[in-house]
Amino acid sequence: METKERKGAVLFSKYTRGEAIKKAISKTREDVLYELRESKLKGRGGAGFPTATKWMIVAAASSDEKYIICNADEGEPGTFKDRVLLLEYPQLVFDGMVVGGYTIGAKYGIVYLRGEYEYMKKSLEDYLEAMRKDNLLGNDILGKKGFNFDITIRMGSGAYVCGEETALIESLEGNRGEARNRPPFPVNTGFMGKPTTVNNVETLAAISHITIKGGEWFRKHGTDKSTGSKLFSVSGDCEKPGVYELPWGTKISELLELVGAKNTKAVQVGGASGTCIPKSQFDRTLAYEDAATGGSIMIFNESRNMLHVLKNFMEFFVEESCGQCTPCRIGNVKLLEGVEMIEKGEYTFAYMNQLKDLGDTMQVASKCGLGQSSPNSFISILENFKEEIFNGNGGHNGK
Amino acid sequence: MENKDNLRAPVSQKSLTVEKPTDLTTIGGTITVEINEKKVSVPLGTTILEACKIAGISIPTLCNHEDLCVAGVCRICVVEVEGMRTLQASCAYPITAPMKIKTSTPMVRKARRNIIDLLLSEHYGECYSCFRNGKCELQALAKEYGVDSYPYGHVDKPKYEVDNSSYSVIRDMSKCILCKRCVRTCIDLQEVGVLEAIDRGDKTHISTFLDKPLADVICINCGQCINRCPTAALRANDPSDEIWAAIDDPTKHVVIQTAPSPRAAIGEEFGLGAGHSMTRELNTALKRIGFDKVFDTNFTADLTIIEEGTELILRLYKALVKKESIALPQLTSCSPGWVKFLEHYYPEYIDNLSSAKSPQQMFGALIKTFYAKKAGIDPKDVVSVALMPCSAKKFECNRPEMNSSGYKDVDYGLTTREMARMIKEAGINLPEMPKGDFDNPFGEASGAGLIFGATGGVMEAALRSVVEFVLGVKVEDVFANANIIPLRGFEGVKYVEIPLGEKMGPVPDILKHLVPNWDWLKGVTLKVAVAHGTANAKKVMDNIKAGGKFSECHFVELMACPGGCIGGGGQPIPTTPEIRKKRAEAIYAEDESLTLRKSHENPHVVQIYEEFLTEGPCGHLSHKLLHTHYTKRGRYIA
Amino acid sequence: MLVLEKNAMTEEIELLVVKFGKSRSSLLPILQDIQRSHKHIPDFAQQEVARLLDIHPVEVYSVISFYSFLNSNAKGRNIVRLCQTITCDMAGKENVAKAIERELGIKFGETTKDNKFTLEYVNCLGMCDQGPALLINERVFPKVTPEKAVQILSEVK
Repeated sequence: METKERKGAVLFSKYTRGEAIKKAISKTREDVLYELRESKLKGRGGAGFPTATKWMIVAAASSDEKYIICNADEGEPGTFKDRVLLLEYPQLVFDGMVVGGYTIGAKYGIVYLRGEYEYMKKSLEDYLEAMRKDNLLGNDILGKKGFNFDITIRMGSGAYVCGEETALIESLEGNRGEARNRPPFPVNTGFMGKPTTVNNVETLAAISHITIKGGEWFRKHGTDKSTGSKLFSVSGDCEKPGVYELPWGTKISELLELVGAKNTKAVQVGGASGTCIPKSQFDRTLAYEDAATGGSIMIFNESRNMLHVLKNFMEFFVEESCGQCTPCRIGNVKLLEGVEMIEKGEYTFAYMNQLKDLGDTMQVASKCGLGQSSPNSFISILENFKEEIFNGNGGHNGK
Repeated sequence: MENKDNLRAPVSQKSLTVEKPTDLTTIGGTITVEINEKKVSVPLGTTILEACKIAGISIPTLCNHEDLCVAGVCRICVVEVEGMRTLQASCAYPITAPMKIKTSTPMVRKARRNIIDLLLSEHYGECYSCFRNGKCELQALAKEYGVDSYPYGHVDKPKYEVDNSSYSVIRDMSKCILCKRCVRTCIDLQEVGVLEAIDRGDKTHISTFLDKPLADVICINCGQCINRCPTAALRANDPSDEIWAAIDDPTKHVVIQTAPSPRAAIGEEFGLGAGHSMTRELNTALKRIGFDKVFDTNFTADLTIIEEGTELILRLYKALVKKESIALPQLTSCSPGWVKFLEHYYPEYIDNLSSAKSPQQMFGALIKTFYAKKAGIDPKDVVSVALMPCSAKKFECNRPEMNSSGYKDVDYGLTTREMARMIKEAGINLPEMPKGDFDNPFGEASGAGLIFGATGGVMEAALRSVVEFVLGVKVEDVFANANIIPLRGFEGVKYVEIPLGEKMGPVPDILKHLVPNWDWLKGVTLKVAVAHGTANAKKVMDNIKAGGKFSECHFVELMACPGGCIGGGGQPIPTTPEIRKKRAEAIYAEDESLTLRKSHENPHVVQIYEEFLTEGPCGHLSHKLLHTHYTKRGRYIA
Repeated sequence: MLVLEKNAMTEEIELLVVKFGKSRSSLLPILQDIQRSHKHIPDFAQQEVARLLDIHPVEVYSVISFYSFLNSNAKGRNIVRLCQTITCDMAGKENVAKAIERELGIKFGETTKDNKFTLEYVNCLGMCDQGPALLINERVFPKVTPEKAVQILSEVK
């Protein structure tokens, strides 16, 4: 696998192992939380929930047992930034967890690592062992009396939906990865019924930096509503695919330029569950308030068949839906069938409108984020590329 | 329901039951929410669905069931909550803060309609050829929402093969809408654990271990899943065609025995509210349909009390006087679902099961011996049908050992639902029937046999006789009006101690050959327990295994179904705690209206011991005809 | 399964239960270990796991059937998974797939006669910048070409 010197203003800026832990334990929990709140950091998994709020609720909960879970079930098509963080910057992620353990009062941290990343388990475990040796984990961490914290790695087994935090918790508890009803939220009733914070790998990495350099420093990067920087996993039709750290607010066109994308027709922002942005909108910015993403950027040039792209996404959701709720289980099948109808030229516009209507229902009535976001591609691709899909080839757009 | 606190439901769902404050006047005890611009005050933790009910607004549901923990998967009950981007499943949303709820907005209506259309697109079959026609919750919703086409298509081929391997429960998964009520029934409510969701995504289906046929897994045939299925995906194995054929065959003598629970519930199938006993109307209807004789299962319930009670006395005598090592507590064996549960999960306790057959099977054996002889009919020409509240009774009558008459003792077990359909098919409106009597030679039975239908009933019936046998006093002198109240009600597990005292009565004639006197029972405190629903039975058994207080019991009544037989898997659908309560009330009311209320006073029982079972209870012929043995099945699936 | 094999399996699972703990939350780690060593989770093992964790066999089966990387049916000694998600698809997954099928003489979803390989598709492996990606057992191979894929397979034992 390729490793290269990475450049970035925030996440890839200089960091020494243990630094954040040292800093955190020299302060009160409240002070750590204060910096986090000042940073306005939002969850990097894609949903964008303010991290400080999550931690404050868990920190305030009066429970003898609390958990911090690192969501390393990176499964969104087109996302691989967590792979890079875990392989090349484990110190950022693990230190962030220890800071979390200190701040919220948890004794246990769990990394839920996707089954596909089994190959990195050994090295991560070795890393944790080294941290234990250096008292960055274990009892009375770095001499801080009573601060005990340890991290275990638990593997997923090939289920995209387990990236949804309540499905992840169900999976940890030994169940099918089926999302729970919310409320109650994990911050109140999480793993084993205890207050739990589930944070994305990148969120935790950002926290390590914030702890040292402060919330204000972090906020200098990015936009008002999207502070800091973001790791973008860039793939598809470009010369230099890979992970890029860029401030929030970067224009899509700027990013395309940077990665050497030519003749670009469309950019899928946010993976299969994100939206497909056409050329005419490349001046949009990557930010929570505009084109939001957990990091996945997939680039399609003029030679690509967008119906084929959409079909690939819908096949993904049909397979990866957990299957418990009606809109997602059956809805995705209907959307895929719709794509196949177009492929064969056996569709009516009336039915396509019916399916868009169904997409609207799936967005509001599905039980979890998977079903709520799975129609996004369907809706955006059919809308933004209707010319190509319905007229470009007489409706016959096989592969 | 009765044991909500111990459900094996996921933690998230358990915690959903926010503790409702006892004092609603305290701050935070109630919350005022606005539903469709109308203000309603509800206790903290009330779900939106319940709040809507309180406000008089009806919300459609499918996966929700009063007996089960919340699932929130069908999404039909979604509502709009102000300030939230997505719709919320009202069944799964506990109210903990003031909120504004709208239940009928364009978004909500569109979502519900889409969900119904999606379910219909995958729901195989059409309503004409469906046994739940007119009683299907999906059909009702389609009607309510004015479905007049299949916008997302409609499957024209079954997706799954029908599993009719079981004597009791047929699974037609092509009709399943994945509400998981059966799963929650089987795992949480009953703790049998046969059904679960298998695979994921569009391949998700409800199935058994390794997708094996139901007959090959540890299904106990209780049929509780059938009672909670909203569609026809689960149904009982219906023998009514064979029964019609027997009725139409002039060479066959077709008799039927009717159990008390179907009689207390069958009115529901004819539009009556729960709790109308139809015993005597049914007698007339069955005759009109063409049954040659109608007998009362309560007769053999009375007989069961004598046999099982005698067995208990013998066990106690052996244990207390002869100091023999004998299996105690004695466990009842009249619920075939429970019996199979024990055979699978607690095979080491097989000797604790009373060897007395269930009333159904005792009757079966007597009909093809005692009755056939008396009536001068060749037993091979007798077709014996049992109207039961139960799907497991179908399995029971097919157990290979149930042929002590030399024939299959009971030919068919028929459920309340199937019986109602036969009656309707014959053009009879049951509630309008004149009242009729049971046929001789078994005639009328006691109220003790009658209350077998409700949880605690067997124990109450047994104690009514035991108290009189042992203490030589009227049971009415011990328990007012012969009602043993501590044994009644729907508490999951009940435990009662009865100190027998020092004053014993004379040994009654019927038992004289077995015990010389009752002196050995002086000072003994009789300890009994009652459990209903196999989840509760499991609690009792685990306690016995661990040497807890139930291991010191002398006699324990266990029923597979929640509520006992009145909540049986063959009873009318729907079932709710309220409905089961009303059925039980009907049974207790009927008992109280009778003059004959103790099994040992039943003159026909006395007569059969004089005429036929001349060696008395637990005698040689009793053992041959009225007692049985069990099979250690274990929990491994081949 | 022979009695001896059964006993060995029971012993193995008992050790796993000791290692991971006797609670339901140990279910996945236990199943993952069995899967790793046996390439599938046999019927008997499922029932033993159920017994030792005090849950029902169907619950174990349900969980296994939910996760792509756990399976009840025996598979080949090596499980070859090719990423089918869009960027790997655009990078030439189809040609790699055809080459592997030709070389092994089986289709996706099948197992070779000698039980050496099972061929499957898998969703996004997180190697989108280096597609097409191949996962053989736990090892990931980026940027595979038809030629390279065949070469890799020939080196697998």
